[in-house]
This record gives sequence, structure tokens and C-alpha cells, in this order.
Amino acid sequence: MTEKRSIVIIGAGPAGLAAAVRARKSGIKDILLLERDYQLGGILKQCIHNGFGLHVFKEELTGPEFALRYIRKIHELGIEYKLGTMVISIDENKNITTVNEQDGLRIYKAEAIILAMGCRERPRGALRIPGTNPSGIFSAGTAQRFVNIEGMKPGKTAVILGSGDIGLIMARRMTLEGMKVKAVCEIMPHPGGLTRNIVQCLEDFDIPLKLSHTVTQIHGKTRLEGVTVTKVDENYKPIEGTDQFIKCDTLLLSVGLIPENELSEEAGVLLDPSTKGAVVNQYLETSVDGIYACGNVLHVHDLVDYVALEAERAADSAVKRIKGTNPQKRKRMTVTTGEGIRYTVPQIIDRDEKDKKIKIYFRSKAILKTVRVNAVCKGKTIYSRKFKQLVPAEMEYIRIPSEKLKGRNIIIEAVKK
Amino acid sequence: MKREMVCIRCPKGCRMTVEYEGTKVLNVKGNSCSKGLAYAIDEITKPVRIVTSTVKVINGELPVVPVKTDKAIRRNLIFDVMEKIIEAEVVAPIKEGQVILENPADCGADVVATLELRKVTND
Ligand SMILES: Cc1cc2nc3c(=O)[nH]c(=O)nc-3n(C[C@H](O)[C@H](O)[C@H](O)COP(=O)(O)OP(=O)(O)OC[C@H]3O[C@@H](n4cnc5c(N)ncnc54)[C@H](O)[C@@H]3O)c2cc1C
Ligand code: SF4
Repeated sequence: MTEKRSIVIIGAGPAGLAAAVRARKSGIKDILLLERDYQLGGILKQCIHNGFGLHVFKEELTGPEFALRYIRKIHELGIEYKLGTMVISIDENKNITTVNEQDGLRIYKAEAIILAMGCRERPRGALRIPGTNPSGIFSAGTAQRFVNIEGMKPGKTAVILGSGDIGLIMARRMTLEGMKVKAVCEIMPHPGGLTRNIVQCLEDFDIPLKLSHTVTQIHGKTRLEGVTVTKVDENYKPIEGTDQFIKCDTLLLSVGLIPENELSEEAGVLLDPSTKGAVVNQYLETSVDGIYACGNVLHVHDLVDYVALEAERAADSAVKRIKGTNPQKRKRMTVTTGEGIRYTVPQIIDRDEKDKKIKIYFRSKAILKTVRVNAVCKGKTIYSRKFKQLVPAEMEYIRIPSEKLKGRNIIIEAVKK
Repeated sequence: MKREMVCIRCPKGCRMTVEYEGTKVLNVKGNSCSKGLAYAIDEITKPVRIVTSTVKVINGELPVVPVKTDKAIRRNLIFDVMEKIIEAEVVAPIKEGQVILENPADCGADVVATLELRKVTND
């Protein structure tokens, strides 16, 4: 049996919740939100620290408070959702196969699908640190769930590998719970997380941040007993003679997040090798007609506010499609990354006369001071903006007036003045 | 004296240069809004932070409930407040915003729940 819906949203984290609320407010009645977990809210439920919601709600909230505000709206608006429901496949005709305990296998057909599956942590296997395989090694997100939801302490003394935001937040969290965090090691010469987290999570508690350092050896038979930390050169190769043994019973890995896109690929959605998320146009439509993507499944965000805003744009596009008001006769342009730019979203611009400005999000490859970010069409700079500083950990954007777009390609570059 | 600091009042993280003498701020550069100025003055005179943690729950659907101080507290009181938070216990059901600890360690703020939690139904 196949059930029909106008919009099906996969994943009920902030992206899915914000998209659902927006689509309902735009008049779409039959929206279905599918979530494999047993509660709404996604990753925010375990992010108990503050720093969320400054843009969307104009106040500083913790993760659970931010989620709760959306969850209440879902209930008020009577939006249909299913928990404990795993989407196992999507096909190019927008048939969505789900499983859950009550319904067993069920297929939904949607006019528009919004992908909001979030991301997952890179596993230890991807790192290949030599040594033993004792207990006491966790991904930072697993440790976060452990402490904040299950109320357990992972150990007594810890080293954190990787300076992504989850690792930094966990350094502070474990310190507050009475653990000793001896060091945060980052293989890159710059931190992976937001500067504000370096300040309030490490500096406030005198936790050393070792840049250009990595863990080269794991010690201990049943329980972790320590790690060897080594300095690396500019090619990330360990430098001989710089080994240092640090005694600890816990190692957290905060080595990055990858968008969860197995489902998207199966549906024929084209992925961008730099974001590991879908290739989208400015309406957040993927390469498959009627399938949209937003939030961490599209590219890893550091701010939930941007996730919610992006999700609202994806919902607007899905609504336009259903109401038949989406732009026609579009001229397609590709967006390519030039000097200094790691990725852009969108990667495609489908030009439409009604567009005023096109917003392009990007991240830089390295820390760049006083640069101009230029948009170049047919060898001419059509837009340029000065940035005091670009940091890879912090997403930025530019807004290009669409009447200035020319040709079939636009290059985004960050160059020294 | 001069100090480089990063404003943490919002995710923009403006990089500021603060000129001061003792606890008197003379000049702040690099902030994008007035909150940055206030932050710089606080950092020089009396640094404050919001503290977030969890408190043990009895009879709840989860073993702990997330909490925060409802105002920023003096940074040097963080561990005194944490001591009280670690000792505390609260009985479910719990409402969002419910006061869990009143003015712990005389920090000037209350510790409140940031999530609602139901009572566990015995089975
Ligand atoms: C530790 C940490 C700290 C952070 N700190 C901050 C901060 O201080 N301030 C800030 O603004 N932002 C912060 N963020 C960022 C922000 O929380 C995230 O960017 C945001 O939560 C991502 O939302 P999402 O909806 O895209 O993904 P998620 O919240 O991950 O939600 C995705 C949902 O999809 C579900 N799902 C996945 N696959 C399927 C499937 N096949 N079937 C059904 N359901 C599925 C998952 O179960 C999940 O519930 C932080 C993030 C982390 C991880
Ligand atoms: S100065 Fe204003 S804009 Fe800049 S980080 Fe502080 S609060 Fe944010």
C-alpha cells in the first residue's frame, strides 16, 4: 500500500522541524515528518550548552530549549510525524520506503521530499592510530550523549584528538564534571571549532590546545592507560623526537562530521565531493527534480540558526513546486571554487528574472587575513566584498545581485588585496 | 595595557583590541555591536559566564535533566556552583524553566531546567 503526501520530510532535527513548520504556515496540509529516533529534536537534545538561537529567536538558548520551541510549534500546528521510523530507501519517483514497529514496512509517495538527515561522526577506523584497542576511546558525540543524556562519566583523565566544536564543548563539560582534560590535539595548524569555543571551553579552564599535534600511539591492554602525542610538520608527518607520553584513561575523537547521504545517493542525488552533501541550486533543489536538502545533510553547519533558515528556504521551494509557482525557463550556471575557497553552497544557480540577490555560502581553505572575496563571470569581477578575516571553521556568505550574472559559470575566490 | 580578545556574546566572534588600565577600560576596537563593548568591560572588570550542566533525576524517563544558570555568573564561582549541581537531585516530572537550585553558592542566579521531563511509568 502506498500513501500519498504533498511533502515528506526525512529527519526531525532542527532542519526537519523548521521545514515542517514553514511549509504548514505556507498552507500545505499534508506534511509528514519521519524520524528514526524516539523523540523529535535530533542532535540538539544532547547539546545542553548555550549559544543557540541568537538569530532565529533573538535570545541565547541551550540546544534542548531551541528544539523545544520548534517541537511545541509542531504540536500546535498539528503536523503529522512518525517516531521510531527509519527511512530505508527513496527512489527517483519519490517513493519512500519506511519501517517501524507498528506499521512494519510502509511506502509513502510524495510530491516533494525534503532531506534533513543530519550528519554522523567520522569513525575511529578512518584514523588508523597504531597500538592496542583498549576501552576508553569514544567519539566526542558518543561521550556527549553518555554524559548529557545517560548521566555517566566516561573516565577520570582525558585527551581529546581534534578541535572540532563537539570536542571543545566536551572538554569543558568533562572538566565541569570533575574530570581532568590534559590536552586537545589538533593536527592542523588552526583550530577546527569556533573561536568562541576555544575561549570559553579551553582558555577559561587552562586546557592546553596543541596545534600541529596528533596522537601517534595508543597504550593500555583492557583500559586505555595513555597516548603518545607527536608534533607534525606542514605535510602532517610526525616529527621525530617530539613524542610525548600523556597518561589518561579516556580519549575522545572529535575528528569531523560527514553528512548522512546513503539515502540521497540511492535516489540518484548527485553529491559534491567537498561538502559530501548534495549538489543544489539556490532553491536548495538537488539534481533530482522535487528533492530538496537542508541542514547538516547538505553541508556541516556550526550554527543551528543557519540550519533553520536554510530549512525554511528548502520548504519555500517545495511549497512553490506544489503550488506550481516555481520559476520556469531558467538559465543554468555552475558555481566553481577559486583560490582560497573550499566549497560553496549552492553549487548551481538557475537564473530567474524574479531573483534579486543570490546568497552564496562558503568556507575558506585556511585562515586568511584581510582578503576580498570576488565573484567572477567571464573573467570579470561582478561582485567583491572585503573580509577582515576568514576562518575555515566559520561559514560566511556573500550576496550577488542577480542582474550582474553572466555566462554559464561563476568563480568564487578569496584573494589578498 | 592592551589585550586582544574574542567576543563570545554571539557566534560572529568579533576580534577586539581592548585598551585598559587596571580595571578601567579606555578603548575598544573591532566589536560589531554594543554587546561587544559590554563584554570587553565585563572581561576586564568581572568575567561572567552562563553555566550549563545536568542534574540527577529521580523517577524520570531519563536519568538526568539539562540545566543552566538563568543569568551569567562570575567566572570564579563556576566550580562552587558546579559542586551544588553535582550534589543536587530532582524528582520528575520537571517543567522547562523550573527552578532546580535557588542562588547556589550565592552566585546571584538560579539553576533552571532547560527541558521538560516526564515521570517514568513503572513497568
Ligand atoms: C556537539 C555539537 C555542538 C553544537 N554547538 C552548537 C552551538 O553552540 N550553537 C549552534 O548554533 N549550533 C551548534 N551545533 C550545530 C547544530 O546543532 C547542528 O548544525 C544542527 O543541529 C543540525 O541540524 P540537522 O537537523 O541538520 O541535523 P540533526 O540534528 O542531526 O537531525 C537529523 C535527524 O535525522 C534523523 N535521521 C537520519 N537518517 C534518518 C533516516 N534514514 N530515517 C529517519 N530519520 C533519520 C536523525 O535521527 C536525526 O534526528 C552543534 C552541533 C553539535 C553536534
Ligand atoms: S561584538 Fe556583537 S556581533 Fe561581535 S561577537 Fe560580540 S555580540 Fe557578536
